[in-house]
Amino acid sequence: MEKLTKNDVHPKIVQALLDINSDITVEDVLDNEMILNMGPQHPATHGVLRLLLRLDGETVVACVPELGYLHRGYEKMAENMNYLDFIPHTDRLDYLSPPANNVAYALAVEKLIGIEAPKRAQYIRMIVTELARMGSHLVAIGALAMDVGALTVFLWTLREREKIMDLFDLVCGARFTTSYTRIGGVAQDLSPDAISKIKDFIGQFNKKLNEVENLLNGNRIFIERLEGIGVISAEDALSYGLTGPSLRGSGVKHDLRKATPYLFYNEIDFDVPVFTEGDCLARYFVRADELRESAKIISQCLVQIPEGEVMLNSPKKVLPRKTEIYSRMEELIHDFMIVNFGVNPPVGEIYSAVENPKGELGFYIVSKGEGHPWKMKIRSPSFINLQAIPHLVKGHLVSDVVAIIGSLDPVMGEADK
Amino acid sequence: MELLNKILEIVNTAILSANGTISEFRGDFVLTVKSSQIIQIAELLKNHPELQFKLCEDITAVDWATRENRFSVVYHLFSLLHSFRLRVVTVLEGSGTAIDTVTSIWKTANWQEREAYDMYGIEFKNHPDLRRMYMPEEFEYYPLRKEFPLLGIPGSLPLPKK
Repeated sequence: MEKLTKNDVHPKIVQALLDINSDITVEDVLDNEMILNMGPQHPATHGVLRLLLRLDGETVVACVPELGYLHRGYEKMAENMNYLDFIPHTDRLDYLSPPANNVAYALAVEKLIGIEAPKRAQYIRMIVTELARMGSHLVAIGALAMDVGALTVFLWTLREREKIMDLFDLVCGARFTTSYTRIGGVAQDLSPDAISKIKDFIGQFNKKLNEVENLLNGNRIFIERLEGIGVISAEDALSYGLTGPSLRGSGVKHDLRKATPYLFYNEIDFDVPVFTEGDCLARYFVRADELRESAKIISQCLVQIPEGEVMLNSPKKVLPRKTEIYSRMEELIHDFMIVNFGVNPPVGEIYSAVENPKGELGFYIVSKGEGHPWKMKIRSPSFINLQAIPHLVKGHLVSDVVAIIGSLDPVMGEADK
Repeated sequence: MELLNKILEIVNTAILSANGTISEFRGDFVLTVKSSQIIQIAELLKNHPELQFKLCEDITAVDWATRENRFSVVYHLFSLLHSFRLRVVTVLEGSGTAIDTVTSIWKTANWQEREAYDMYGIEFKNHPDLRRMYMPEEFEYYPLRKEFPLLGIPGSLPLPKK
């Protein structure tokens, strides 16, 4: 391994890493301490996260995360494109749960315009969101187990996720970058075939999850690697702005599906799993229990889903159907206007947030009445959750850093925007 | 509505000359306050036993480009007690870019303010570690300001040295 030099690390980062008043530099030979560069190309950092660790022996004294290696400037791009054009880009935020991001964005724009999708479309949105949550949590659990040395679990959970991918293929026509929602509805209806396949998947899921849990919950190595590691108190978790499983692992019962119900979550019966320990193991348990709750939500949705349209009929705001565009003049004009000039919501600003697998995904949109937003801020959960890392890793070993990152489950596509 | 009146009353009685106003759009409630009083107001909103806005969801800035007061700083706060979200907006006077940091009140403000600094050049006074969040430290521009072109500025991002 090559030694870090002054040119590798910006002086301001060094200052953040060492104490402000100290005059040591990276090149100084210290008695017991060293500075370790972890990432951005490191298999355990789940993407291009870079951590600079100041170590005393093998104990972490200080940690400075460096972000921006995947910064694509989505907020700038959003200011320069139609509201509709941005939907495919939301796939690339949290790329482990694209349909959930699609739904979050569509809800935000619909709130700004002041329309609401038909009930069937909203139920379909709930189904794909929960499927996305299951896919994301399966990867999180598998990757966490792999990070602490249990490789089998990763293969088993990814097998289950593969089935979800196949369902997305059936529902949206794409496995990964779904771009499934439209403003005012969803791209296409759920076919009876898709519904029966989703039912089959949910029917066998709990058994498969039990198998995974049998591998982990009685595994002494797994438990000892996670128990008491990366503890954060409820008060600190709120102060750091953690949301999602990371917050609920610290004993705060906060879930936007319950707190500010959107879609039709108030018509569904489900629990919000909460664990009070606040360590890596608690965050794993929260995810495992949320998988069961998601399966429960989907099976209820499949029973309660009403018949009807999946796109709102509102010609000036919502894209008309393809067949109508080719046969009727009015619809052709509307389609032309919406595609070329956008939906032109009224002047105003809104903030709309939903509970994504990683936490609260919010869109703050400022409209000046034009076809494109004046400003769009993406409040991405991974970005905020990552902020707690320096607090979590302090005093732990280097090998625990890997477990802590895995338990926070960051996705860098979302953190770097 | 009751809660809104309470917020307004608490803010305007506790802080003299606050003159906070509340407006509504699509079910979002906005509290507009003076930028010089942001720390007092943030502390009050977080710690008042009847409000408890303990979760600071988001901090960002808006560049209005042609307005007389160019930048506003926007805070989204959530009260778990009331399941209520409040947007606090402060307008920076003239072409000013400086405002006090709220890092001492919510730790999450640290990175969010760094992001606003990186993207808009808002200087948060007394911030413990005001560095760029995404862009390299040597970068001279503020990408989300309206005068920054979509395609970027050629040569502004040097390739890493071999």
